[in-house]
Amino acid sequence: MGQIIQYIESYLSSDKTPGAAGNMFWVLVYIMLVFTGLSVAVIAMNWLERKILAHMQVRLGPMRVGPHGLLQPIADAIKLLLKEDIMPAEADGLIFWVAPFVVVLAAFTVFVVVPFGPTHAITDMNIGILFMLGVSSLSVLGIVMAGWASNSHYPLIGALRSSAQMVSYEVAMGLAVVSAILMTSLNATGTGTLSMIGIVQAQQAQGEWFIFKFFPLGLIAFFIFAVAMVAETNRAPFDLAEAESELTAGFHTEYSGFRWSLFFLAEYSAMIAVSSIAVTLWLGGWLRPFPNLLSGSTWDLTFSLIPGVTFLFFAAMCFYNTVRMPKHPLFRIQTIGLAGFGVVLGLIGLLLFVPAVSVRVQDIFWFASKVAGFMYLYIWYRGTFPRYRFDQLMQMGWKVLLPMGLGVLILTAGVALLQEKIWHP
Amino acid sequence: MTDPHTSLSHLDLETPEKPFLDANELVINMGPQHPATHGVLRVILRLDGEKVLGLECVIGYLHRGVEKIGEHRTYTMFNPYVDRMDYVAAVSNGLGYCETVERLLTVEAPPRAQYVRVILTELNRIASHQLWLGTHALDIGAITPLFYTFRDREEILKIYEKYCGARLTTHAFRIGGLQYETYTGFEKEVKNFLDFFRPKIDEYEELLTTNRIWVERTRNVGTISAQDCIALGVTGPVLRASGVKWDLRKAQPYATYKNFDFDIPTGQNGDTYDRYLVRMAEMRQSVRIIEQAVGAIPEGPIMAKVPKVMKPPAGEVYHSIEAPKGELGYFIVSDGSTQPYRVRVRPPSFVNLQALDVMCRGQLVADVIAVIGTLDIVLGEVDR
Repeated sequence: MGQIIQYIESYLSSDKTPGAAGNMFWVLVYIMLVFTGLSVAVIAMNWLERKILAHMQVRLGPMRVGPHGLLQPIADAIKLLLKEDIMPAEADGLIFWVAPFVVVLAAFTVFVVVPFGPTHAITDMNIGILFMLGVSSLSVLGIVMAGWASNSHYPLIGALRSSAQMVSYEVAMGLAVVSAILMTSLNATGTGTLSMIGIVQAQQAQGEWFIFKFFPLGLIAFFIFAVAMVAETNRAPFDLAEAESELTAGFHTEYSGFRWSLFFLAEYSAMIAVSSIAVTLWLGGWLRPFPNLLSGSTWDLTFSLIPGVTFLFFAAMCFYNTVRMPKHPLFRIQTIGLAGFGVVLGLIGLLLFVPAVSVRVQDIFWFASKVAGFMYLYIWYRGTFPRYRFDQLMQMGWKVLLPMGLGVLILTAGVALLQEKIWHP
Repeated sequence: MTDPHTSLSHLDLETPEKPFLDANELVINMGPQHPATHGVLRVILRLDGEKVLGLECVIGYLHRGVEKIGEHRTYTMFNPYVDRMDYVAAVSNGLGYCETVERLLTVEAPPRAQYVRVILTELNRIASHQLWLGTHALDIGAITPLFYTFRDREEILKIYEKYCGARLTTHAFRIGGLQYETYTGFEKEVKNFLDFFRPKIDEYEELLTTNRIWVERTRNVGTISAQDCIALGVTGPVLRASGVKWDLRKAQPYATYKNFDFDIPTGQNGDTYDRYLVRMAEMRQSVRIIEQAVGAIPEGPIMAKVPKVMKPPAGEVYHSIEAPKGELGYFIVSDGSTQPYRVRVRPPSFVNLQALDVMCRGQLVADVIAVIGTLDIVLGEVDR
């Protein structure tokens, strides 16, 4: 027993990611954690998207299943799983069957290298960012397969659109990424890194998030990436592939039930994946705000309290709404449920105040809240913008973002060179 | 074919050279079950990639034989049926029908009734344009305006509900005037609505008018020249956006429209963006008309002397009004009996829809959706 505890503890206090340490057991645990976390995030995202969008549109959103519709995503998931699995008679069976798995695999595999903290990643690859971009672009394959195998016009057009879109935006995205990677080499040794953890550590070492580096160059690169990543994930205003009013549902028109939900899952986890790239490259990954400016043990303590306080705030919101629930016997179960949810959140919040937990969870909290900011942006875009037309989208990708990306890359390289040779020789 | 009004400039568009084995041509069916065809319109699209080579509309999925039903109902009994054609602007349909029968009977509704008719019809124009705006924006991908417009349209429907008990298919008017006197507080509620609604138009415009994506999606999309509009018989905001200042409320004043001061908004380019601007301006003009009318409702009877059993003298009448979607005409032939011998409706949506092919050629698939939205068709009216 004591050995097991020692064994676990040795890894808890390890300064390496489990992959890098080469421990298979710990890797499996991390994979499970990441997978569960992602699934929960997708479920939460589903509920939040509907609620936030509803409130932007003077509606209430889901209100019936559970208090404030909290159980709606679960009800939807059950509905999707119980639905008849339809495969069109004329479809290419094997490809039709494989396509959703390809998309989901691509969307989930990228999380192998996402650094939730200095040691909180499944593994640390020295080509981390390359791996992420490479694997995430594999999902195009799945989309093309889905569109082709459906053997129907609408999915085919949808697949064509989305593959063209994803491929062309990847170029601009890549250029923006390169300019950020270039910034990692601004150190004494002059060597950069492609490792996701290394990139964040470079920002820590330079005392500056890359979004503010060489102002406004970092900001422009970030902007290019932020636009391209929305296009890359086929979300509004670039959701041409799934343009409901034109192509009904795009490449997954013919899919139903569980297969459809796989596409859904993949879309949302791809959103989280690209947001993680953006957070890692430009927003300091797991670093808390102002790690250098507001340093010292007092500030460390203050910032370490924020995760707990946040959860307590959510719990307080739950309790506030529990009080506001209609006082009717029919609502009793919902009221109790909401209060229970508040208690759970509150307990999590209290747990986060325990120093041993807070030290290990802080990084994950900051990373997750930055990603959550991006998720909010995604929803906001969807509530605000009309949809681009296909040719306008291509124009934007090739004629605006690509030259901008090239320019930023050249300027960044130039400024970096100047800094190295002239200002700090 | 020398008459400029019968030749179309777009239609002799060259068909591009046929590629080998027609490999690039794709024929797809849009509708009748499709989220953006505003009901059960079926469009057969001939595509080259994303480019539209031509299209054909298939209509009739909502055909209920309204005109034929009219031949078997008395004049009074047929009145509620017309509400079911353009169900988005039921009050306008009712006004057109009632006025046509009144002309057959050579009676005129008393001034008080006329004023209330104008108020309700203009409110209906606003409601119709609101629904158009919401769905049009939704088709182009902006989902939020839909909820704003429906929220505000609700206020108009509440006024209808209080006035006659119905919200959508109102049957608000009777031949010879009105059945119901206005309810207490009608004028105040209409005024309140106007005050409530004026900033709301700005709110819609804020979301869309200068929105980069919206402008890119609508400018130079579905352009139609004034000449083509006239040749195809297109009326309403679509015609006005092409630069023709033609509004039946001014051109052939009916009801009491000549008493009111309002402008006819027109566009220049005849594209989707201009049609959007024209309709937005029309909503403001409607507000102006209602404002003038509601302050000046005269006292007096609301019903003219109309026989209980209507037997109009044998003859025929064509009368048209400016419905929210264009010229809504009724052609009624009477043989002197209690039932019309023939009722023919000239629905604006039906006539405007034939411009779809001209407007969509050479555009992209996404534009077809925008153009269907901008034509503001209601399939109940197209198929009748």
